[in-house]
Amino acid sequence: MTLDSTNAPLLRVSSVSKAYGDVVALDDVNIEIQQNEFFALLGPSGCGKTTLLRSIAGFEDPDAGAITILGAGSGTGSGPGEGGQIDLLSLPPNKRPVNLMFQSYALFPHMNVRKNIAYGLEREGLGKDEIAERVNEVLITTGLTDKADVRPAQLSGGQRQRVALARAIVKRPRLLLLDEPLSALDRKVRAEMQIELKRLQHEVGITFVVVTHDQEEAMSMADRIAVMHEGRVQQIADPVTLYSQPANVFVADFIGTGSLLHGIVANAVLLLRPEAVHISAEMAGAQLHGEVVETHFFGGSSTTSVRVAEMETLIVASHPGAPKFAVGERVGISWNADDAILLEDQP
Amino acid sequence: MSASTTQSGRGAARRRALTGRAIFAGPGLLYITLFMTIPVLLVLVYSFFQRGRFGGIVWEFTLENYVRAFEPVYLNVLSNSLVIAGTTTVLALVIGYPTAYAITRLPKRWRTVALVLVVLPFWTNFLIRTYAWIVLLNSEGPINSSLVDAGIISAPIGLLYTPGAVIVGLVYAYLPLVILPVYASIERLDRQLIEAASNLGASRVRAFFDVTLPLTLPGVMIGAIFVFVPSLGNFVVPELLGGGKTVMVGNLIRDQFLEARDWPFGAVLALFVISLLVILFAIQAAISRRINGTGKRYAAKQVTHA
Repeated sequence: MTLDSTNAPLLRVSSVSKAYGDVVALDDVNIEIQQNEFFALLGPSGCGKTTLLRSIAGFEDPDAGAITILGAGSGTGSGPGEGGQIDLLSLPPNKRPVNLMFQSYALFPHMNVRKNIAYGLEREGLGKDEIAERVNEVLITTGLTDKADVRPAQLSGGQRQRVALARAIVKRPRLLLLDEPLSALDRKVRAEMQIELKRLQHEVGITFVVVTHDQEEAMSMADRIAVMHEGRVQQIADPVTLYSQPANVFVADFIGTGSLLHGIVANAVLLLRPEAVHISAEMAGAQLHGEVVETHFFGGSSTTSVRVAEMETLIVASHPGAPKFAVGERVGISWNADDAILLEDQP
Repeated sequence: MSASTTQSGRGAARRRALTGRAIFAGPGLLYITLFMTIPVLLVLVYSFFQRGRFGGIVWEFTLENYVRAFEPVYLNVLSNSLVIAGTTTVLALVIGYPTAYAITRLPKRWRTVALVLVVLPFWTNFLIRTYAWIVLLNSEGPINSSLVDAGIISAPIGLLYTPGAVIVGLVYAYLPLVILPVYASIERLDRQLIEAASNLGASRVRAFFDVTLPLTLPGVMIGAIFVFVPSLGNFVVPELLGGGKTVMVGNLIRDQFLEARDWPFGAVLALFVISLLVILFAIQAAISRRINGTGKRYAAKQVTHA
């Protein structure tokens, strides 16, 4: 997960807040997204990630704060220009150099694939030949050439998703926003599209901002992730850091699996990732003792869940191969102090 | 399990589904058969026979009635009716579409209130409402007197008993029938499509003409038919507001049955209106299918699931 961006900031979200009546959707959100970065906004539904995305696209009006495109040149299709900034909030949605791929794809049902893709270029007032050329190019990139004259109703979910993507990238935006891009697809197509999205992002060199509630999706695709909860950014970091150094209990709980243990360390919560937990029949030298309540075999690896007396949370251990203990057996639990993560206790 | 048992199992399920459908659709089908299909067939049969001296039918086959419909007098009435019904439809759409659009933009609870207001005139008798227009339009009526008071005209003008008055009355009578289907089609439209157009660089006006209007065309067509057909067949409004000077095909049909006692010729004229209705609905269905990109090739969708 290297950052192949030039480390020049492209989009700055500063102190953005938005409330609907009493419900706070965004609470003082600050994010800076780099050029060519694959950035994910991750959180449970209602955390504000979609509101933020729609604010960037211009379909929501934040109550406070600023959203700025930095180092922008003129027009939408240009390379990194020098100096200029674009205050997005002052522009109507149709004037923003930002394209959005909708969760439902929002393809125009009365236009064929080619016309759907050409629509945005026609609005830019480009010449017919240039439009045809660019549309053909994108049709090839997305593998849709043989579907060009077909209406969206006749496409599969995966194909529709590619049309939606093609329609957005053909505009060559500085920034492409994707709202739950894979949620409408079934599992198998999802995995394929995940790889495809990543490949495309490299190929077209556009900054991607993906909104998702699926942590695995965010972890596997994004260079950096902002974890959001109740309208606030909880942590912004690369996937490895999020997993190994979560900023708080929410992030620890939301990212990956693990057992959050109260009462072992005073005034702190101990996070044990499954791979950090060792279980053995050896009771001596073990930090905790418990009884095996559940085992799962996944083929290459297994997990074993252990209940420790007077502890609410089960401790889960993962290890290669088949389960080594049967349900009901008493085992000792141990871990290296370095592998345990200490978090501030908060309600 | 063998293929044949699966097949018969599927057949039984299909039969059950059909029976279920028959039970629900039965009463409606029966009603339509009794009170719509049979009368239309009767009209069709009548049109091929000769008139009785005092009404009724003389059972001697003839095509005379059809030939007669092409006499200039009747063609004139037909074209006159088409122009009036067409103008009424266009006006009703021009007024009704923006109204329906505005209603979809209201907060949810106000939408219901607005829709109730739209159908409210139906709670009053149609004749009474049409008589009210006589009061409004006559030379001493409020429209003429306020125009005179404002100095726009020097003396009252003849508003009543003109084709214009007939059109005003018809638009008034059938406007709700445009607003309701158009409202339904705008309401059903996925708003993300408009956002998508906007995101791709379309102004609000552009997005309306590129996305909203074409996708609500099926509703517009329904509304247009709901206005055009009853306007064409209406005989009350032309009589009350047109003063009998504007004869429409509806008046003609009524006169054939009630006054001239020429049932076969009335049947021919009625068939003309009915076939027009059928053709219009066929066009509407074809256009909706085209717009949504479904229809014939729907099956292809399942096959190409890649």
